[in-house]
Amino acid sequence: MTGTRAGTASTVVPAVRVPRRRGTELALLVVAVLLSVYGYCDVGLARNGTVPPGAAGYGAGLGVLALLAHLAVRFRAPYADPLLLPIAVLLNGLGLVLIYRLDLETPSDEAAPTQLIWSTIGVGLFIAVVLVLRDHRVLQRYAYLSVVTALVLMIVPIFFPAVNGARIWIRIGGFSIQPGEFAKILLAVFFASYLAANRNALAYTGRTIWRFKRLQLPTGRVLGPIVAIWLLSVGVLVLERDLGTSLLFFGLFVILLYVATGRTGWIAVGLLLAALGAFAVGSLEPHVHSRVTDWLHPFASIDAGQGPNQLAQSLFAFAAGGMLGTGLGAGHSILIGFAAKSDFILATAGEELGLTGLCAIFLLYALLVERGYRAGLALRDSFGRLLAIGLASIVALQVFVIAGGVMGLIPLTGMAMPFLAQGGSSVVTNWIIVALLIRVSDSARAQPVGNADRADRADKEAR
Amino acid sequence: MTRYIRHAAAFCALLLIALLVNATRVQVVQSDALDDNPANRRGAIVRFDQPRGDIVVDGRAVTGSKDTGEQLRYERTYKNGPLYAPVTGFASQVYGTTFLENAEDDILSGTDPMLAPLPLWNDITRAQNPGGKVVTTIKSAAQQAAYAGLGGKKGAVAAIEPSTGKILALVSTPSYDPERLSGTSKSVADSWAELNSSAAKPMLNRAIRQTYPPGSTFKVVTAAAALDAGVVTDLDAATRSPNPYTLPGTSTQLTNEVDGCTNASLRYAFQWSCNTVFAKLGVDTGLSDMAGTARNFGFNDSGLKIPSSVAASNFDTSMDKAQLALSAIGQYDTRATPLQMAMVSAAVANGGSVKSPYLVDRTTTRDGDVVDTTGTKSLRQAMNPATAMQLREMMTDVVEEGTGKNAAIPGATVGGKTGTAQHGIDNSGTPYAWFVSWAQAADAGEPAVAVAVVVEDASADRGDISGGGSAAPIAKAVMEAALKP
Repeated sequence: MTGTRAGTASTVVPAVRVPRRRGTELALLVVAVLLSVYGYCDVGLARNGTVPPGAAGYGAGLGVLALLAHLAVRFRAPYADPLLLPIAVLLNGLGLVLIYRLDLETPSDEAAPTQLIWSTIGVGLFIAVVLVLRDHRVLQRYAYLSVVTALVLMIVPIFFPAVNGARIWIRIGGFSIQPGEFAKILLAVFFASYLAANRNALAYTGRTIWRFKRLQLPTGRVLGPIVAIWLLSVGVLVLERDLGTSLLFFGLFVILLYVATGRTGWIAVGLLLAALGAFAVGSLEPHVHSRVTDWLHPFASIDAGQGPNQLAQSLFAFAAGGMLGTGLGAGHSILIGFAAKSDFILATAGEELGLTGLCAIFLLYALLVERGYRAGLALRDSFGRLLAIGLASIVALQVFVIAGGVMGLIPLTGMAMPFLAQGGSSVVTNWIIVALLIRVSDSARAQPVGNADRADRADKEAR
Repeated sequence: MTRYIRHAAAFCALLLIALLVNATRVQVVQSDALDDNPANRRGAIVRFDQPRGDIVVDGRAVTGSKDTGEQLRYERTYKNGPLYAPVTGFASQVYGTTFLENAEDDILSGTDPMLAPLPLWNDITRAQNPGGKVVTTIKSAAQQAAYAGLGGKKGAVAAIEPSTGKILALVSTPSYDPERLSGTSKSVADSWAELNSSAAKPMLNRAIRQTYPPGSTFKVVTAAAALDAGVVTDLDAATRSPNPYTLPGTSTQLTNEVDGCTNASLRYAFQWSCNTVFAKLGVDTGLSDMAGTARNFGFNDSGLKIPSSVAASNFDTSMDKAQLALSAIGQYDTRATPLQMAMVSAAVANGGSVKSPYLVDRTTTRDGDVVDTTGTKSLRQAMNPATAMQLREMMTDVVEEGTGKNAAIPGATVGGKTGTAQHGIDNSGTPYAWFVSWAQAADAGEPAVAVAVVVEDASADRGDISGGGSAAPIAKAVMEAALKP
């Protein structure tokens, strides 16, 4: 992608648009729905020897949701990336299968019906975003409204009682929502907007404090507000003991700052700060400290004669899966007990679908992230680019933090596997993320080929 | 900006790679160790989520399985549990397994890779095979005869086919029903506590795990050693044996329960069980020959498996002459399992060759395809074949006109040797009554069965005769059952 070619492309050759590929999307959606229904039937066959009575209804429901979402995309975002929606439907469908499968072990506590309702709401919001939001750049205007809303959403749960050690839920009646989930999107919008507006100032002004201009400290006036927001959000999360989300915001902030300014030094500073913060919180906060201890010694409770802890049970589940898994419905991941349907749902996937199935799931997420990045690369406006990268990075970081946690790679932090895990707020949030990615990818692919390169060339010249 | 987006994308790719590597670590590299972690209940769940394979006696399963619908789903059931308990052992969901249930667990639970049509592929898919069958060598008629013969008394019976080593009967009484230990209910824990605290020790497998002083039945070994060593060359020649016999180096005098033992011939001494003759014979033969012969019969072998391990029988290898004299008549430190004494008798019946005793004829898949067979294996040559012939003669005499008349079977050749073992402080305990024997049908080329019987609470008043009185009828019943086709 050289500037010369990009220049000629935009001047000599008429605009070449990418194919819309809506047919591909529809075909992939059919595959995603069929796979989910197949999994649903498989669970029933493994457990009772019969196809579950709700199989047709389940298939029809998922199919209708997918079709409605597809129609919204077809009419309002015709150039959108054809992979995004099928991946989301498949992951959500698979999540419903896994939750239904775990419900069979806990007949008194059924989560699948609620999850289906939340999925419907999620798809509804997806459609609403695709229909209403005609241009993602509109969001830039609401940067400050976003950040205020985000902070309010994050602070509110402090006034509600803690659930399992974390103050991140709001409970009204039988309904519980996790406002912090929605804050993810709002913060991504704010970061993208602020950094897009101030990236030159951030990148090119201020004092150099590291040789070869590796790290150039921007003026306080520019850097101040964003650092304040970031510190505030992380501080609130630490108060609420929501480690996963604070880690997520930290990563999101560092990635966007790096992408916006191109200063490698930020990564070094970010890693350093993360390490310091993790060490401080890990050794001072008892709740966190115990999780770090569990991570370092997952079998300590067994040696102490107290039986396996959750992480040990989770590792047992993954190990039981081996290469090919036990098959849907044939595992024993319910032994994990508490949070088997939410934080630890990946263990069920690992046990029953094996390493093979787990890799497939990871690759689905990777594809989702990659498509977000691809849209970011192709877009011409800085805000759109940063927004796409931000949203995709949220998914990537979240998958890494939770999967790494339940598999013993990093200390466990309570987070939800996007689309897969039980949790209304999470499902709804992820559907909105995909809707926004659909929107930006539509903008990216609708523009003539070459414009992104030109934008990049302009970017380079400015330096 | 494009460059930095690409860097960020590379970072995300790194995260993905870390996840994939970590997943491989947990699910492939460490999976076996995690599976084997004792705190991992999956093993138990998987183990019990299909019916266990059966243990088969004479073509009929003596075990079964019951679907409880609980997390540990299938429980073991037993048909005729107390009768076969010394063979099968128990398979408990709480207390583990014993005997064949333990030794053949891989087959019974279906984990043995050989049960799979494609073992390697099975290893990858971790598919579960249905539990296989364990076909025993037990002859149910002989087993039942032994169990009925012992009645409620404490005791044990071991019967072997001399030419092959097949174990035809293995009984220990009082017994228990292993089914009481299946399952996870409170009654199982209660049963466990009761069985373990019972003075009668019902779970003790007396036939292979308990050693007794063999008493006069050990004279078979002493006679074999003396004949092999050339100490005695003529069965009917008078031995220079005083009565009473003063143990060398002591003033302790050994006496007999019967008359006519002074300078008695070996044949007479064997027939009437003269302690004085055999004590002196042991000393004359010497420690090294005595110990060597005992070892060749299987004493001091702690590695014997049938496939459950058998307690080692003991004959001391360093003793003074007085101790050797007592050991030669099956006292002092000499101890033997009933199975060991059955092997002694079987060696005589089989021309001096000791075959490795075994309980499992073959293991098969559920459908009956053979997985493995146990063949006949020679352990050792216990004595010269000529010596074996002489001992057969003498043992036959014991049954025809000596202390073992109660074991005689019309129409069959039966050889035997009685024994009574005193024990306890100053011999205060009720003596153990022993009888070892073999039987050959009139039209058969070789003996078909060798038996050892021990009865712990025999009536004691008639000395050596009590072996003939209490134990010989049981041996007779077992031999009769074994001789029938």
